[in-house]
Amino acid sequence: MTDLTDLGIRGLRDGFHAGDFSAREVADAFNAAVAAAKPLNAFIVETPEHALAAADAADAARAAGEPAKPLAGVPIGMKDLFCTKGVQSTAASHILEGFTPEYESTVSQRLFDAGAGMLGKLNMDQFAMGSSNETSYFGNVVSPWRRKDGGNAALAPGGSSGGSSAAVAARIAPGATGTDTGGSIRQPAAFTGISGIKPTYGRCSRWGTIAFASSLDQAGPMARDVRDCAIMLEAMSGFDAKDATSLDLPVPQWEAGLNASLAGKRVGIPREYRVDNMPAEIDALWQQGVAWVKDAGAEVVEVSLPHTRYALPAYYIIAPAEASSNLARYDGVRYGLRDLPDGANLQQMYAQTRAEGFGDEVKRRILIGTYVLSAGFYDAYYTQAQKVRALIARDFDRAWEQCDVLLTPTAPSAAFALGEKSADPIAMYLNDVFTVPSSLAGLPAMSVPGGLDAAGLPLGLQIIGRALDEQGVLNAALAIEERAGFVARPARWW
Amino acid sequence: MSVDTATVRRIAGLARIAISDEEAARLAPELGNILDWIEQLSEVDTADVEPVTAVIANALRLRDDVVTDGGIRDRVLANAPQAEHGFFTVPKVIE
Repeated sequence: MTDLTDLGIRGLRDGFHAGDFSAREVADAFNAAVAAAKPLNAFIVETPEHALAAADAADAARAAGEPAKPLAGVPIGMKDLFCTKGVQSTAASHILEGFTPEYESTVSQRLFDAGAGMLGKLNMDQFAMGSSNETSYFGNVVSPWRRKDGGNAALAPGGSSGGSSAAVAARIAPGATGTDTGGSIRQPAAFTGISGIKPTYGRCSRWGTIAFASSLDQAGPMARDVRDCAIMLEAMSGFDAKDATSLDLPVPQWEAGLNASLAGKRVGIPREYRVDNMPAEIDALWQQGVAWVKDAGAEVVEVSLPHTRYALPAYYIIAPAEASSNLARYDGVRYGLRDLPDGANLQQMYAQTRAEGFGDEVKRRILIGTYVLSAGFYDAYYTQAQKVRALIARDFDRAWEQCDVLLTPTAPSAAFALGEKSADPIAMYLNDVFTVPSSLAGLPAMSVPGGLDAAGLPLGLQIIGRALDEQGVLNAALAIEERAGFVARPARWW
Repeated sequence: MSVDTATVRRIAGLARIAISDEEAARLAPELGNILDWIEQLSEVDTADVEPVTAVIANALRLRDDVVTDGGIRDRVLANAPQAEHGFFTVPKVIE
């Protein structure tokens, strides 16, 4: 029999459904793969018993002749940003170490209701703030990929969903949840040669997802290919009365709607995404992507998104501002860490708890957010950023008069080595230059692997679509996937 | 924009994060660099632009004004660092 961990979500679902193997065999195989992959540090908590319980339920239902649930027999990894009942949920922070939710996030509940089991809680950048998974309190995630220079430098899996990307790329999970505030699904997917989609803001409920920047945060799937993402996204999406920004719309049948023909579609190439110092290999892949979508029948048009260069600075006002407000809840009173030095008063307890509990990048962003929201600066920074955000959204609206989807690189480089960029916050922020504009506009966007660079590392292409047009995004990504024929995978060293 | 250590201390105080002198000295140029970088937004003409309130149009819903949960005091308190007699407890606030 084939190694079950070589199968993706569709292969596991269909094989289980056909009776080729039991769900328990699948869960055993992935639990063993997770246990054997400690050097990746992809998981903060492993939950083999959860995966087994879901598998046994699926096997029992199959034996009883009940109709199979959409994700029956499929175990997944859960980013530690999702609150999971009875299982520690920390957002990779010290301040939430030991926090064991009494409730289940809507997204994880939907996945469990669809039959999925959970392999464990995936490591990530602390509170989803980072692009390299180096800000976790529980240590760096190490990418399963290595440069083929023989140097064996430990590479970043991207971030913030770096445990998710590493686990899927290493085939210790067939799929994983991610969240994306400014690129945290797409950039790690690109760095590790997997697929990931951030749906339209509001498709996936934010209830029970530990908040970073509420007007931007959006959950989505990370998996080996486009179809697996479509399957998982269907299970994750849907209206939730407990999230005031949840979209009250039916969930489309994205998997059934997959169609790799782009005949009659127009693909826009935004000229402002040709940034200075872009590596020639990224540009070459982008041109290759243009050829692929033309081959799939699309008409390619150049478009302009004139405010692109202001997206990152606007994001680094809006996201820290919202974070400074959201993270005010961690005060050492209701949950998580409390640091109460002898004789300290309440205010000192707050300040000491937060000093001990937050990592450097989280503190940096809280301080920036507090600064831009402070008296006398609010209009100059926050209001101005929200106006620029309106202009960025208007740029996209105008582009949709000329095209149906946009094609861009996902990230301005391949994966870098751990430690290479951590000394310079702004250099790290520039990783998200291609992903942040669509986040600010709330649009669906996906990364799909396009090829390898000269060092043998994956590079991703990004498709951005109109609001609610996940189908158009998935279809264009599928057209690229079919032509890229990306089959590279990291050689096992862990 | 240069940020001095007094400003860092004031902001950290507002954010309720204790910082040492050493940290304040390190953070001042770091925050200054980031603020310099985001300062470029001021060059965008936004005179006729309304700030975004929701990027995806979505009317806020109303629901009936009824109790939908409650009666879960012990679950609410389950993760408290310190809870006594059914309450969160904190250091004495009033002398």
